[in-house]
Amino acid sequence: MISPAHYVALAVILFVIGGVGVLVRRNAIVIFMSVELMLNAVNLAFVAFSRMHGNLDGQVIAFFVMVVAAAEVVVGLAILTTIYRSRRSASVDDSNLLKY
Amino acid sequence: MNTSHLVLATGAAATTRSITFWALAIISVGAALGMVLARRAVHCAVLLAIVMLSLAVLYALLGAPFLAFVQVIVYTGAVLMLFLFVLMIVGVHSADSIVETIRGQRLAAAVVGIGLLALLSLIIGHAAIGPAAATGPAYSTSNLQGIATLIFTTYVWPFEVTSALLITAALGAMVLAHRERVTPKPTQRTLAQRRVSGGRPSPLPGPGTYARHNAVDMPALLPDGSPSEVSVSPVIASRGEFNPSLPGPDEFTATELGAAEPHAGELGAAEPGASDSEASEHEGAR
Repeated sequence: MISPAHYVALAVILFVIGGVGVLVRRNAIVIFMSVELMLNAVNLAFVAFSRMHGNLDGQVIAFFVMVVAAAEVVVGLAILTTIYRSRRSASVDDSNLLKY
Repeated sequence: MNTSHLVLATGAAATTRSITFWALAIISVGAALGMVLARRAVHCAVLLAIVMLSLAVLYALLGAPFLAFVQVIVYTGAVLMLFLFVLMIVGVHSADSIVETIRGQRLAAAVVGIGLLALLSLIIGHAAIGPAAATGPAYSTSNLQGIATLIFTTYVWPFEVTSALLITAALGAMVLAHRERVTPKPTQRTLAQRRVSGGRPSPLPGPGTYARHNAVDMPALLPDGSPSEVSVSPVIASRGEFNPSLPGPDEFTATELGAAEPHAGELGAAEPGASDSEASEHEGAR
């Protein structure tokens, strides 16, 4: 029998994979994708806990997370295209004007 | 209502549920790992789409049909398409370099990841995550009504703030993506002058002309049989997907020569005997 704990464990694994992706990758778009993966993992945990408690609050929160994530992606990708336009690169290593 | 029951799988047996869960768990974790490890950004996007779709099915299993559909429509449909659009703008040709710029970054990231996994596993191992509550209609047919009631009563203020957030994000994206034109727009006259003085007044040769295939990565053949480098788009050439199987002049078989030679003689004239598929392919290449 699959309990909510299984879903939470899956969410933890996906969250960690997304976090490692953020740390390892250097293409800014792939870093964004990893952040999206982390947000999705958190959503899964929210829905699993909503199922465990038997009320819909967790689902509503997951819905709000989706809205915020959509807004974040729009602004983030716009920033990325602006950076790419001036620097001709999507790598986070090349945006180092504020270093040191 | 029958279909909604099907989607929810509330009536499904426990074994069906566990099979679905384990299959989707393996698929999603594998796709997520592939997303982190794949070098091409487009592959990452496709693998992320697989993760999101399997998460949508998991939401349906958990009794959240509304969220399952929102996941498919908003995440897989809108957000990932936006990712792909920006990938096409920003450069599909730039594969991630393998060189580590910070020494030991990957090792440190792996250690941090394992540590985070251990920490979170300890936490959820110690937490009392109970069994699922009894399924009511809120998890099947009246899920949408339940969510709507919550959004418009308890969470009405966050919901209103969300609209402000969305408007701000849309405005911000428009401002950020807007580009002021700093040089005057080239007129037709200047374009024509640039073209004539540029050394090549004729258009570039199309890929695949007189070559074996008419694919976009197949360079056109010059009259002496050597491949023309300018006929392939620089994006494809820089991706390293330049077709290596270039047919040299001696590699031509007799039939291909026979099919190609009349073209060289009467360019633009209608092909009289273009009956076999090979000849029509060459016709399409031109």
